[in-house]
Amino acid sequence: MDPFEQHEGTVAALDRANVDTDQIIPKQFLKSIRRTGFGDNLFDAWRYLDEGEIGKNANERRINHDFVLNEPRYAGASILLARDNFGCGSSREHAVWALQEYGFRCVIAPSFADIFFNNSLKNGLLPVVLDKKYVDELFGIVHHEAGYTLRVDLGAQAVLGSGFSAHFDIESEPKRQLMEGLDDIGATLAHADAIREFESRHRRRMPWVFARGGNTR
Amino acid sequence: MAGKTVYDKIWDAHVVAVRDDGMTILYVDRHLLHEVTSPQAFEGLALAGRSPWRRDANLATPDHNVPTTNRAHGVDGIDDPVAKEQVLVLDDNCKRYGIEQFAMTDRRQGIVHVIGPEQGATLPGMTIVCGDSHTSTHGAFAALAHGIGTSEVEHVLATQCLVQRKSRNMRIEVDGELPFGTTAKDMILNIIGRIGTAGATGHAIEYAGSAVRALSMEARMTLCNMSIEAGARAGLVAVDDATLNYVHGRPFAPRGAMWDRAEDYWRTLVSDADANFDAEIGLDATGIVPQVTWGTSPELVLGIDEDVPAPDDFDDPAKRELCERALAYMDLEPGTPIASVPVDRVFIGSCTNGRIEDLRAAATVLEGRRVAGSVTQAMAVPGSGLVKEQAEAEGLDAIFRSAGFEWRDPGCSMCLAMNDDRLYPGERSAATSNRNFEGRQGHQGRTHLVSPAMAAAAAVAGYFTDVRELA
Repeated sequence: MDPFEQHEGTVAALDRANVDTDQIIPKQFLKSIRRTGFGDNLFDAWRYLDEGEIGKNANERRINHDFVLNEPRYAGASILLARDNFGCGSSREHAVWALQEYGFRCVIAPSFADIFFNNSLKNGLLPVVLDKKYVDELFGIVHHEAGYTLRVDLGAQAVLGSGFSAHFDIESEPKRQLMEGLDDIGATLAHADAIREFESRHRRRMPWVFARGGNTR
Repeated sequence: MAGKTVYDKIWDAHVVAVRDDGMTILYVDRHLLHEVTSPQAFEGLALAGRSPWRRDANLATPDHNVPTTNRAHGVDGIDDPVAKEQVLVLDDNCKRYGIEQFAMTDRRQGIVHVIGPEQGATLPGMTIVCGDSHTSTHGAFAALAHGIGTSEVEHVLATQCLVQRKSRNMRIEVDGELPFGTTAKDMILNIIGRIGTAGATGHAIEYAGSAVRALSMEARMTLCNMSIEAGARAGLVAVDDATLNYVHGRPFAPRGAMWDRAEDYWRTLVSDADANFDAEIGLDATGIVPQVTWGTSPELVLGIDEDVPAPDDFDDPAKRELCERALAYMDLEPGTPIASVPVDRVFIGSCTNGRIEDLRAAATVLEGRRVAGSVTQAMAVPGSGLVKEQAEAEGLDAIFRSAGFEWRDPGCSMCLAMNDDRLYPGERSAATSNRNFEGRQGHQGRTHLVSPAMAAAAAVAGYFTDVRELA
């Protein structure tokens, strides 16, 4: 995972609440066994007028010019501004991979669905929770100012832009992991002895968890 | 000191370590895998030169992608080469790492959340995870069960643990008797309609109250299944006799002396009288009528006797906008009685409603009746091979077939339409599944979520209708 310290980029505003992961990356693309190749199909049913299929050339698709991300002003956007409960629904991590591959490094919203939030942290996509009043303010600014950019400083836990500044909260550990690009599994395996110790205690206490159909004491 | 909730008890029994930063390393007892969210996790494991921490904690089955017809040839019968590759990769990974799999031709194959409980691989007090958000289903057994992403699938494979922060406790107490013709599906849709799709975000829900106690285990699974549609990763029900009666004698469940020991422990999996809940919601079951979702979020739900709302019915501007968008997508006019809306396809199945009791409930409505001529397709998709066998032994397949239903092989099918079972643009379904998001059941398809009995009633009438009037 690439470290995230700070990022400055164009903000795209997606003014919908409850954006679910079925919208972020529709099911037909989940057949892939790879972690890559999802960027062209981010928000597929919204971005294009024709039905998307795996392997379909994005250059031959019919673009939905009414969809915000297709507006020229948002070309190259790397910060997504969204509404409440972003990423609800399916646990598909492909949603995070698709957002990243499209070019997003950060999503700002008043609230996120739990699983999506977690998946983002695991991949170095920074989910920034900002109070609704700040998000409202940002939607106003971005709406009026084409090409508006923000700088998201994870160390300082700040979102800064022309005429805008807000502090955000994030727990210390995910913050450290994002900033250092740490291997999550490696960090847990550092506790391997504790896991083994727990496991043998657990096995004594609850042997039925380990013994399939067992009847021994 | 305040007592503990069921969630607290299971959590406490699985804490390996609390890190300096306050995050908990939580031990995972059971890890369920399927073909869609595991390939990248196995790849990551291999790239890092790691192997599964405890092979026998894992149980795999292909379910999301498998066709529900032409199953005699197993994987070779999958026409879609991309889907086929994914199922083959699961086969390979399970062989390579020695993970038990109910492969496509195994009679026990089925939807991962149906087979866990069916096999007794889901036991009370367990921590259970799977790369699928409907893992909450297993909470019906007083297990702590929730969905995880693919990175976490890899993490669990490699370490048998997850790094977690504890959720808050929420109790949803449903008292009174569910009226005739209403089910656990109507109960959970009604709850989601009240609290919204983010209503329980950050919480583990405990469903309690006399109406919940009165539910069968299968109905409790339906209830817990849709916790995620209320924003909660986990939902659970405390242990009682129904829990233990269901588990007893299942292949993975303990027997003999070990059962007795397990039972002693499992009986403690009820919330203490003085346990503290961060949020409590009360609901009267007697007021619940059969539910039908009308919009593109599970919270947009109506009683069968109600009319499609107008944007102005909502005070919150965000809800107003959601309503407007949903009306347009669903092609519905405000004020339309939901009980007059015609359906094109009917889907009975999924991890929400693909178990034997669900098929029985639908068959009861269908017996001696026919699917309306205006309905393009009606399909029944059992949740597992064993559910299918049981249904056939009871003659339910004959009832479905003679009513004009297609009788399919097990899988997730039209719940998420990764295989060929799907809606086509503009079509409208009555579906017993769990999500009515835009395009969920097919590009530009329109989904209405209902109970199995209500889906059967819609199939017969050709439009949504009150199943209580058909009985």
